Amino acid sequence: MNTNYFTSEHQLFRKSLRDFLDREIVPHIDEWEEKGEIPVSAFNKLGQMGYYGLGFEEKFGGMQTDIFYTIILVEELNKCNSAGTAASLLSHPTLALEHLSKNGSDFLKTKYLEPGIAGEIIGCLAISEPQAGSDVSNIQTKAEEKESYYLINGAKTFITNGVKSDFYVAAVRTGDKGYDGISMMVIDRKSEGVQTNRLKKLGWHASETAEIAFDNVKVPKENLIGEINKGFYYIMEKFELERLILSTGALASAEYALTYGLQYMSEREAFNRPLNKFQELRHRVAQLSAELECLKAFNYQICQALQQKEDVTKECAMTKLLCTEFMDKLSYQVLQFFGGYGYMEEYKAARIFRDSRIGTIGGGTSEIMREIIAKSIIG
Amino acid sequence: MKNYYFNEDHELFRQGLKDFLNKEVVPNIEKWEEEQRIPKEIFKKFGDMGYLGLNYPEKYGGIDADFFYAVVFTEEISKVFSGGFMAAFAVQQFMSSPYLMKHGSDFIKEKYLTKAISGDAICSIAITEPNAGSDVANIRTTAVRDGDYYIVNGSKTFITSGVYGDVLITVVKTNPNEGFNGISLLVIDRNAEGVSATKLKKLGWHASDTAELSFDNVKVPVENLLGEENHGFFYLMDGLQLERLVGAIGGYAGSEAALDYSLQYMSEREAFGRPINKFQVLRHRVAQMASEIESIKYFVYHCCRLHAEGEYVVKECSMAKLLGTELSDKVMYQCLQFFGGYGYMEEYKMARMFRDSRIGTIGGGTSEIMREIIAKMVIDDKSYQKSTQTPIINTKATNGSANGSMNNKTNNQKTTTMSYESTFNTMKEKAESAQPLGSVLKLNFGENRIVIDGTNGANNVTGDDIDANCTVDVSLDDFTSMLNGDLNPMGAFMSGKMKVKGDTGVALKLQTLFS
Repeated sequence: MNTNYFTSEHQLFRKSLRDFLDREIVPHIDEWEEKGEIPVSAFNKLGQMGYYGLGFEEKFGGMQTDIFYTIILVEELNKCNSAGTAASLLSHPTLALEHLSKNGSDFLKTKYLEPGIAGEIIGCLAISEPQAGSDVSNIQTKAEEKESYYLINGAKTFITNGVKSDFYVAAVRTGDKGYDGISMMVIDRKSEGVQTNRLKKLGWHASETAEIAFDNVKVPKENLIGEINKGFYYIMEKFELERLILSTGALASAEYALTYGLQYMSEREAFNRPLNKFQELRHRVAQLSAELECLKAFNYQICQALQQKEDVTKECAMTKLLCTEFMDKLSYQVLQFFGGYGYMEEYKAARIFRDSRIGTIGGGTSEIMREIIAKSIIG
Repeated sequence: MKNYYFNEDHELFRQGLKDFLNKEVVPNIEKWEEEQRIPKEIFKKFGDMGYLGLNYPEKYGGIDADFFYAVVFTEEISKVFSGGFMAAFAVQQFMSSPYLMKHGSDFIKEKYLTKAISGDAICSIAITEPNAGSDVANIRTTAVRDGDYYIVNGSKTFITSGVYGDVLITVVKTNPNEGFNGISLLVIDRNAEGVSATKLKKLGWHASDTAELSFDNVKVPVENLLGEENHGFFYLMDGLQLERLVGAIGGYAGSEAALDYSLQYMSEREAFGRPINKFQVLRHRVAQMASEIESIKYFVYHCCRLHAEGEYVVKECSMAKLLGTELSDKVMYQCLQFFGGYGYMEEYKMARMFRDSRIGTIGGGTSEIMREIIAKMVIDDKSYQKSTQTPIINTKATNGSANGSMNNKTNNQKTTTMSYESTFNTMKEKAESAQPLGSVLKLNFGENRIVIDGTNGANNVTGDDIDANCTVDVSLDDFTSMLNGDLNPMGAFMSGKMKVKGDTGVALKLQTLFS
């Protein structure tokens, strides 16, 4: 097998992406963190550059690239020192557009996917509700079938880009209780009856997170994604990729944080020598590096298996669990390397630390991951 | 998820090896643990099967297979619930004899390597001394040149197989004024005059013997020097990567075995009216461990691949050893807990697994030494260069490129080829006197074939082209070599000389026809 997952084309792509991000994204990060949101123009730019078309059909403006291009986009965006920025810019293609591309009709693809790929409109995925997070089968937002439309009532929460998005790819209840009564549909944010409210968070400050209320919102029938009452399965199908993107993001952030910590340790002196000469700290770095290398090898292996259409449900749960928990550990320890400066916003360690904390919760908590793994191993 | 590192031939090899271990090793483990030694005959049996020369050239009796056969071998010997057993065989093939291969003269290879491969000699690597463990440059055992001999004085400790073994690859100071530049490797016969051994008592690893050795004016012929004088330190550093990979494999493979064993127990044992595998907190603990085992396993495979491709991967091997062995300690501790009081009793295997694991983070360089190496490479950008131009033993990365015969005999005599007719008659004779196969096996020689139909209570041998449960494609020449005992059937599988289609279990029974 090929353990060099990245070809020279991939490397070239990575380099030009890096140049673009350093020029167009990185200089604005602090401002966006302060404001609590990313301007629509940033999405437009990524779209214009073609970064939102990775892996999608050419017919709608995409590029049918392999998964490792998407992985590069995830990695490099997570090395801009703002996990919130990465989350916000990535959730549009990897969550909203993915669902449209996989199960949407040509009508929906033309209307939402194509301009979405171009970065002209922004979409987001709306699943979680105040009373149903990982327990997707329990969602309550109701879609009543009328003659020519669905009538939506309910609420969603923790929705990344929920205020600024032009459309929602939302999970709604079209049938009975349980997982067989859920459908996915596209809801225009500007429809009458949609209200949004921005939430304040511990971290991920640059990413806008919303709760959304639907009050008698009319949605045209052609906005149904795929088949009626199949929504639960569509969501489950997409979890593999979503989890791989989260684990990949955690590892890239970890690498970024460790490199940043090492740089500081080579410059900062205590007791007349640089911090990186203290054995205790050196061994902590060694341990973190070993775990990081190990998880990278594991994570890439799973990416490759997913690319080859293998069933990697268990492995994706494993890597999501391990990588996000690892990032919490690493960000804690890296902050410690900085001493008091680690606690100050002047350095990046504080942001890295608080941004990491959502990793073991979003996209299925660590506990849910262990449930999935236990079921697959023990039954 | 499919395993991308092993092909069908590797799995076939694994199955054969498992069968062999279940027959020859597993039933005897408790006895060997009790007696604190492994009988010499068992080494010979491994040698006869070709298992001790997986990556060595045929010229010396090896079977010249790719490195992932060694990975399979290490995984399986790590799953017999005896770290002591695993240690003896890991030392034999991966930690001692590689020095004979890489640095030994033709004389040494003929005299010692061939015996290590055939299982006639048990090998040890004697590095550690009472006052120098990981700090190799500081060893004190001296070898002073006197005419055609070195006179060796000093002592060694923690030497696996040092009490009952035959060959000691011994690290000595040939220039006491130098640190690591004064170290050489000598091959010393365990029974040479002046060598004495004391058996050490240990926490675990009971099946393997561990010796304290003393050398009192031992005369070692100069031709027993490995490579060049004073180059020993570099040879050792070079060899340590393989040693660490083997340690890492032992770590995750042992963990896998312990977890499987625990899962079985947890499905049977009830508490508060339900099997204990239904308790969420235990299930989550299993999930966590399984994830860690899986991730470390794939990382180690990745490192093995780099190693097999001939890369000198010091950082990765050190990381793998660190993570694999620490994983094992954690897993053994938690698995023992699943067994409650029974985990503490010798009636179950967890007690042994737990104590055997504890040496992992110490032997072959402690976890602290691993972190030192990693820290130097990550923080100080230090890079380690390979010391010699000699490629590591058998760096072939792909299966099927192993060429030539898998001959277990050192003298590779070309046997006279038999005709199809006489082969047919010989097979007929052998098959009819052997146990019925219970299925149909077809040996395809191109134009001709031999079909053994063992479905009717006897092995009926014909040349008719009927449907078979298993078809073996092989050349007549190679097949007659196997019949003559010059080519090991298992070796022929691994080299691709024999291709098996259908039920591979049937093909494994071929072995019984040849004995």
